[in-house]
Amino acid sequence: MVIHSKTTKGMAKEWAVEAKGLVKTFGNNRAVDGVDLQVKAGSIYGVLGPNGAGKTTTIRMLATLLRPDSGSAQIFGHDVAKEAQIVRQLIGVTGQYASVDESLSATENLVIFSRLLGLGRGEAKRKAVELLEEFGLSEAAKRPLKEFSGGMRRRLDLAASLISQPPLIFLDEPTTGLDPRTRSQMWDTIRRLVKTGSTVLLTTQYLDEADQLADRVAVIDHGRVVAEGTVNELKASVGTSSLHLNIEDPGNLAQAKRIIEEVLGTKAGITAEAGTITAPMANADSVTDLLLALRGAGIPLSEFSVQKPTLDEVFLTITGQDKVSVKTSEEAGATKKEVAIG
Amino acid sequence: MNHTTTGTSVNGKLRNYTSLGQTIRNSLTMAYRGLLKIKRTPEQLFDVTLQPIIFTLMFTYIFGGAISGDVQSYLPVIIPGILVQTVITTSLVTGVQLREDMDKGVFDRFKSLPIARIAPLAGALLADTVRYTIATTLTFAMGYIMGYRPEAGLGTVALASVLVIFCAWAISWIFAFFGVIARTASSVQGISMLALFPLTFLSNAFVPVETMPKWLQWFVNANPVSHLISAVRELTQSGTVGQHLFISLAGAAVIVIVFAPLTVRAYMRKT
Repeated sequence: MVIHSKTTKGMAKEWAVEAKGLVKTFGNNRAVDGVDLQVKAGSIYGVLGPNGAGKTTTIRMLATLLRPDSGSAQIFGHDVAKEAQIVRQLIGVTGQYASVDESLSATENLVIFSRLLGLGRGEAKRKAVELLEEFGLSEAAKRPLKEFSGGMRRRLDLAASLISQPPLIFLDEPTTGLDPRTRSQMWDTIRRLVKTGSTVLLTTQYLDEADQLADRVAVIDHGRVVAEGTVNELKASVGTSSLHLNIEDPGNLAQAKRIIEEVLGTKAGITAEAGTITAPMANADSVTDLLLALRGAGIPLSEFSVQKPTLDEVFLTITGQDKVSVKTSEEAGATKKEVAIG
Repeated sequence: MNHTTTGTSVNGKLRNYTSLGQTIRNSLTMAYRGLLKIKRTPEQLFDVTLQPIIFTLMFTYIFGGAISGDVQSYLPVIIPGILVQTVITTSLVTGVQLREDMDKGVFDRFKSLPIARIAPLAGALLADTVRYTIATTLTFAMGYIMGYRPEAGLGTVALASVLVIFCAWAISWIFAFFGVIARTASSVQGISMLALFPLTFLSNAFVPVETMPKWLQWFVNANPVSHLISAVRELTQSGTVGQHLFISLAGAAVIVIVFAPLTVRAYMRKT
């Protein structure tokens, strides 16, 4: 099945991507302002950030589509500027918007890309059939792309990036605009890719997507990497777990806050809009003491939960950004342990 | 963290350049893509089908009597003129469509593939020779219906067709260049039309050069379009392979040598 197996020459390299101080300026806007990235071969690496943070620009530089103004980047040890044509043989790129030919059918698209990658006529046809099968597009193979749904287009796009089985695959916001079902299908596909040995570098503005997929995450904001580490490391930087609490009578807010601070020994915060009190917790067990203290004070609760910090909170803590600019999807914060009272 | 790399094997065949063979193969694949696109959207071919028919009919009957005394004796003059004008105008469409095409996401993929950089452009230009062939065939066919009988026979007509198609392909590199550097497809159309109108009309396409003012004659005679038209006339009327033909071929070659690298470079810079 492996028609074109390509990889680095000589010794296996540890780093799939090594970027130092990448800078790209558009006019007065420093879209990417000194990004360093190191991606281990065989892993899924997430680049997380809000719209306009510089994610796409970074990927475009790594994929030889854009020349960095300064800084350097190596893909499996090959310089993106000096050895661009070698780098192109090692990567597959799936852009934010489907980079396939709208006026052609799915099969024609894949055949043309296969031919461009050096497959013979017969091979190209076989490869197209095989990939369409794998991505569940066989039925739509002959239809023009204009009739394709967003999800089908993305799948075809990804299929096109896998023709030559590149050891490194760039996915720029692979699930933006997809419905939840198609999204989890896409996630499965990405996980499968890594099992076959590919390295995946994906950008996302969905925190749960990075949570679900990535081994390591770089949080990027205003063109800079503001945090880097495993998902758990990032979460731990905010606290082991956090308390969310709503009380029935807003008049009791101040008293409740005082009790919480006394029992937990940490500072609690009140979010204005819902009268929710949140506080970091070092030990989830102290929740029992807290509940007893609150009942003793005669404060009825309407909602109560202890949860691990979500990447959402990590992100807000790190970037200090307003929630408005960060998108969270419905399924965010899968680690929630919720106790409803009342 | 694991230190394993990709599951693919080491074959050490990575090269940082594309061979000539690969460049040709890539360009042909891209030309195939262009043909598929034409097949999918045949309405694109309206201009190349209608323009030769309408122009040939119109200009022959309007100018025929005035210039050559009657329509019949005007045909050997006008058919090569219309032919060159139509086919060159058609090559303008190449630039416009290239611009539109490049705005689509698929060109990003072409850029990220390990293919010859020139292939997406060369392929598109190559596929468009189909359009020139259609325009050429229709012009000669219209002429034939109206009574045009080239004296030197069918062989020279074929030869003249190939010459015109080749020159149009060469000229299309100029419009491809505009297409790559322009911001929008309509601005390509605008710039190109501005250049084409004087070039095609200030030539010997429709009227004998001697009837023009002296200063204009100088321009018309120097105009490469005039040379191409004269070459076609010589070929179809007497089968002569003369200096006009060589000037046309040399001109076409110069255009390709200058504009192909310029266009590819601009294309590479563009993101």
